[in-house]
Amino acid sequence: MRSAKLWSWIALAAGMLYFFLPLIGMFEFSLRARRGEYSFDAYANVLADPRFRETFGYSVLMALFTIAFGILLVVPTVFWVRLKLPRWRPFIEFITLLPLVIPPIVIVFGYIRLYNTSSWLPLTGSAMGTNLLLMFGYTMLALPYMYRAVDTGLRTIDVQTLTEAAQSLGAGWITILSRLILPNVLVAVLSGAFLTFAIVIGEFVLAALLNRPAFGPYMVWMGSNKAYEPAALAVIAFGVTWVCMGLIQLVTRLSKHTRAQHR
Amino acid sequence: MAFLEISRLEKSFGPLHVVRDFNLDIEQGEFVSLLGPSGCGKTTVLRMVAGFETPNHGAIRIEGRDMVRQRPNQRKIGMVFQAYALFPNLTVAQNVGFGLKVAGVPRREAADRVAEMLALIGLPDLGGRYPFQLSGGQQQRVALARALAVRPRVLLLDEPLSALDAKIRVSLRTEIRAIQQRLAITTIFVTHDQEEALSISDRIVVMNGGIAEQVGTPFQIYNHPTTKFVANFVGTLNTLPAEVVDPSAGIVRVGGQTIRLPESLERAAGTRIGLALRPEALHLGTAEGREVVLPATISDVQFLGSVIRVRAETQGASVALDTFNRADVPPPQVGSPAQISFSARDVIVLEH
Repeated sequence: MRSAKLWSWIALAAGMLYFFLPLIGMFEFSLRARRGEYSFDAYANVLADPRFRETFGYSVLMALFTIAFGILLVVPTVFWVRLKLPRWRPFIEFITLLPLVIPPIVIVFGYIRLYNTSSWLPLTGSAMGTNLLLMFGYTMLALPYMYRAVDTGLRTIDVQTLTEAAQSLGAGWITILSRLILPNVLVAVLSGAFLTFAIVIGEFVLAALLNRPAFGPYMVWMGSNKAYEPAALAVIAFGVTWVCMGLIQLVTRLSKHTRAQHR
Repeated sequence: MAFLEISRLEKSFGPLHVVRDFNLDIEQGEFVSLLGPSGCGKTTVLRMVAGFETPNHGAIRIEGRDMVRQRPNQRKIGMVFQAYALFPNLTVAQNVGFGLKVAGVPRREAADRVAEMLALIGLPDLGGRYPFQLSGGQQQRVALARALAVRPRVLLLDEPLSALDAKIRVSLRTEIRAIQQRLAITTIFVTHDQEEALSISDRIVVMNGGIAEQVGTPFQIYNHPTTKFVANFVGTLNTLPAEVVDPSAGIVRVGGQTIRLPESLERAAGTRIGLALRPEALHLGTAEGREVVLPATISDVQFLGSVIRVRAETQGASVALDTFNRADVPPPQVGSPAQISFSARDVIVLEH
């Protein structure tokens, strides 16, 4: 018994080392910008760079639009599939998983071929059109996570009976979706939203090939041109992701009525 | 013209014919129960009235207007579900006020109506709670208040008591009936529990295999069932073997005695038939007015408090009968001989 416990501690420690040693090393390296002493010079350089602010701001904005579009697309879809097309569920689920097996490079070349300036819908012809295209691409990359999260959220409520109850009280589809379905899957939607945020902030391929000033390409550019700043940037990116994870935990605990779903 | 008319309603799910030629007229303020075993089509009829299923054929009219083409949210029909179906993200007051908000009722008027409804169901102080903080009986009462708050033309109750404890079930059904009578709201109640249907309905529709087998008051349904299914499904029924002697005069022979039934029979002389009798029509021992007396052996005695349920073997059949408990008379002994008596007037003659 005692030795089993000892071994599990050893395994845990090995795992922690495996995960944290590179991070610690990177963090340590990012502090060495000044010769002979630790300093936050690299961080100051990164934060002072106007391109950091521009690209980070652009990516945050794109993430917010992607989240909004993803919610508008996924919540009604999941609701409708659960309510009216339960037989289609495995098929739809399969489609939402496709982004995990199709590389983004394939998708972005498809986009460029389909929507280039000499195509029937020249989205790449303008910055706004390309932004739109990028947002669609991000939505697709986030689809597996968003769909799963919302689907799991809807599983905890009796969608059909609640919908029928609302209908018998005179509610139409928009009321049902906005006042019943969305509030009841809000926690799931938010966890999907934070995952989407993390994906969009770090994404490189789509943004680079569509030539948009996003944070991912900036990180890569930084990595090939500077010594200490990329490490500082990576630590910042990790920080953002972890804050997102923490927020998922927080909203899951904060919602008041969710206990009703676990009766 | 009845308030709610259902005529020639038909519904199939694929090859499955769930409701066949269903007809029912309901008067305003009437409480009608659809009673039947699971799969008999009673819930499907209710869901077609609510608008959640579309009939293949037939009409549903309220005050003369056909409802079949209208969407569920246009019909002004309140519904209470077996699973309560309260909105988990809204408080009790918000749940009750949901329909009013959808209808655009001014806020103050809606608040008054919600308070009135919560008082009606006897939960005036629970408006701020969430559904998960309520017991099952309280949740179902809130669901009732929510359905009634919008003043629907018809109230539909889909087995609202099935998920509750036995005691709450009885008290809540009394309460539902009282509220229904106070508001004089036309109500259709679906249940598979005959006691529930008998105790609170103005009329009962006994359904079997998608067909309305018999429509009548609880008294008619119980005492004069017209089909074997109704007789068996509603209440307990004893069957004694008998032989037809004179079909036109309704004379049969049972246990060596010839008796005259209240109705003539459509069977040939010499056919063996079963005589149906309710437990309360059989009497242990002899009594005045019960002219048919049969020898029997007591096979089982269940002491239920105010009533003693006795099983006895007679004429090769096992019959159940109830006697009232009397403190000065000990219950009959299992295995002892006894006499069973009944009146030919109480025999139920079934059509088929």
